[in-house]
Amino acid sequence: MESNLLSLIIFAPLAGAAINWFIGRRVRDERFIGAVACGSIAISTIVAFYLAFNSHGALRTEEPVLDHIWTWLQVGNFRADFALGMDRLSGMYALFVTLVGLLIHVFAVGYMHGEEGFYRFFAFMNLFMFSMLTLVLGDNFVLMFVGWEGVGLCSYLLIGYYFDKKEAGDAAKKAFITNRIGDWGFVLGIMLTFAVTGSVSFFANPAAGGAHTAFEYFANHAADSFTWGAITGLGATSIALLLFIGAVGKSAQIPLYVWLPDAMAGPTPVSALIHAATMVTAGIYMIVRCSPIFVDAPTAMFIVAIIGAATALFAATIGLAQNDIKKVLAYSTISQLGYMFLACGVGAFIAAIFHVITHAFFKALLFLGSGSVIHGTHHEQDMRRMGGLKKYMPITFATMFTGWLAICGIPIFAGFFSKDEILWKAWSAPGFSIPGGFSKILWGIGALTALLTAVYMTRMMVMTFWGSERFREKHGNHAGDHGHNGTVEPHESPWIMTVPLIVLAALSTVGGFIGVSYALSSFVSNKDLNVIEHTLEPVVAKAPNGVGRETKAGSPQLLSTPPRETAAAPPVHELGPLEIAGEHENHSAEEISAERWLALTSIIIALAGLAIGWFTFQKRPLLQFPRILENKYYVDEIYDAALIHPIEAGSREGLWKIFDVGVIDGLLHSIGEAVTEAGRLGRYLQAGLVRGYAAIILFGALVLIAFFAYFSFQALPH
Amino acid sequence: MGPQLSWYLALSALLFTIGVVGVIIKRNVIAMFMCIELMLNAVNLTFVAFASFFGDVTGQLFVFIVMTVAAAEAAVGLGIIIAIFRNRESLDVDDASILRL
Repeated sequence: MESNLLSLIIFAPLAGAAINWFIGRRVRDERFIGAVACGSIAISTIVAFYLAFNSHGALRTEEPVLDHIWTWLQVGNFRADFALGMDRLSGMYALFVTLVGLLIHVFAVGYMHGEEGFYRFFAFMNLFMFSMLTLVLGDNFVLMFVGWEGVGLCSYLLIGYYFDKKEAGDAAKKAFITNRIGDWGFVLGIMLTFAVTGSVSFFANPAAGGAHTAFEYFANHAADSFTWGAITGLGATSIALLLFIGAVGKSAQIPLYVWLPDAMAGPTPVSALIHAATMVTAGIYMIVRCSPIFVDAPTAMFIVAIIGAATALFAATIGLAQNDIKKVLAYSTISQLGYMFLACGVGAFIAAIFHVITHAFFKALLFLGSGSVIHGTHHEQDMRRMGGLKKYMPITFATMFTGWLAICGIPIFAGFFSKDEILWKAWSAPGFSIPGGFSKILWGIGALTALLTAVYMTRMMVMTFWGSERFREKHGNHAGDHGHNGTVEPHESPWIMTVPLIVLAALSTVGGFIGVSYALSSFVSNKDLNVIEHTLEPVVAKAPNGVGRETKAGSPQLLSTPPRETAAAPPVHELGPLEIAGEHENHSAEEISAERWLALTSIIIALAGLAIGWFTFQKRPLLQFPRILENKYYVDEIYDAALIHPIEAGSREGLWKIFDVGVIDGLLHSIGEAVTEAGRLGRYLQAGLVRGYAAIILFGALVLIAFFAYFSFQALPH
Repeated sequence: MGPQLSWYLALSALLFTIGVVGVIIKRNVIAMFMCIELMLNAVNLTFVAFASFFGDVTGQLFVFIVMTVAAAEAAVGLGIIIAIFRNRESLDVDDASILRL
């Protein structure tokens, strides 16, 4: 279906950004600026919901909603259009991005009250929404990359929002440069995709003249072998790994995660929107969008799973020991993103998206809650100087409470279902990309991470909301930094900040019900209630011999799925012969019981984590952790010593002092000296004697005559 | 038997050589100037000789152009000579050598 409304989703925030930048800066009225910013996102949200759920909506039919705006690049076979496409995957993303974005914008109006750069903040936020929605809705790799870079730019601008603080400026640069490393991989991945498939499109859009998509090639070719050699084979594995490098940068995975904790130097709504809910999940989106490539690349999927699991555990241990409330949440975000990559790596793309969505809800909630705490305690971020805030900030406390339960994975809260799904998929990962035995190890790492998550989140909650009221204590050397002295009473935030918290709390509570797996829903009903799985199934490729995913029968009760063959242009060709065979299996009894046992295990793990955290930190909220954790395993220091200092030294001593001064300057100087020297010699010709000149002229004339005379004689026929 | 073409050319070459040698060896700027005129007219002689022998007026046309250039050159050159003489009270070109290193 072609609908021009689709472009409204991305252009409304762009218009909002332009209005705030050009008019808002002159008006300087917070109400006007806030209304423009929130209004433009509200338009996007409404249009996104309309296009997703109307009778031909993207989430209700197999056909993606397409909007061809203009032909952007066409060189030979290469064609990239400025065209948008909303299928079930991008539709799902567009829905939660606009909805969470809207709530965070509303919150930010209250949070940023009284800031000097109010208009600037909202112009950048709207620009971010434009970029993010372009990334999600772009119908080809190249336009996706435009959005990808756009969100990177806005992230840079917003991290560096307090540009008078050196820390913020450094963090912004760090984020930007680290992301460049990832983008390098992404660009190479796009180029290789085009070289291999001859197309960069996601959808076969007739208006864009696109007859074939980049993914058709992979559907029609056998998967790469599961060997290390496949990495350099310039096939699906190479493409997938290059794209994954991009995802690693954007989604803050080992080894490129270092920018995300520093990015907390930006205002808290930015951390919530960009560095928790939306932008950092772009890597997941990209991988799931490219799932047809990844299922052809078992080696790449294996690496994705390993990196994801390692990041999840690694970041969780660091998160245990942080004292800055936002740093805890930042490491928690990295850890949860690791979970999502783990899911992608074991082929559970839908579970990854499910976790992206629930995570967007509860992590945005937790970040906004921490913003509310920071706001209420007059810009205090150190949890060692909080404590007992429950009494002063009841709404913030109650909403963060639900977010806390959600991230810990307590049943009925959103995080439980998605995290449980990922753990189950890891446990039962297909032998396709995970060698035997590895799946249990991955599950173990995931479960351990879940335990740690429950512990550090409990620690954060206890340090912030329970215990003795430490905010009245002497602030020590920090007093000067924060510009307030003596004691300050914490206060609850205004309604404009608490309302988004309440909405997000509701979403964090019930959001998980869109993806209850059959094993759990069959307690109460025989119907398969896993809405998200059914919705995304047609657009996400499956790993071959899909052991371990409860493959679904036709499931006609939820979505009338037209036969695949009649679809004129299926959005993604995902079915090889292997999967079709697997699709008609039903839920096997032992799988269901295994999944239930695992769910019970993860509930016990979550409760154990809560209990450990509760009893440890109630007693000793200021418990010191090993210094290596508090100092983040010295990774920043190692990077400094191993990479940044050598590069700096190499630049200074080699590139500057030798190459620039020696070669480039040397070359220019020697050219100048050569000219001077030639001139000095040439001066002797200018003897100043008229007869000398006459003699030179004569000599020159004789030479010319001799030359022509000689060659004319040569030319004469003999 | 009338005069041969080679006679004219020989005369022209002789005149031209005298002009060249004069320019090189003479110090008096007026004399050098006259030698230059001599070279120009030697060339003119060649032109008209060829024009006459081949029955083609193109050579004569060139002579007019050369004469025009010679007239212009004479005007400028004499102007310079007068200026030099006023400054230096001398017509010796070796005296006009302030550009010398």
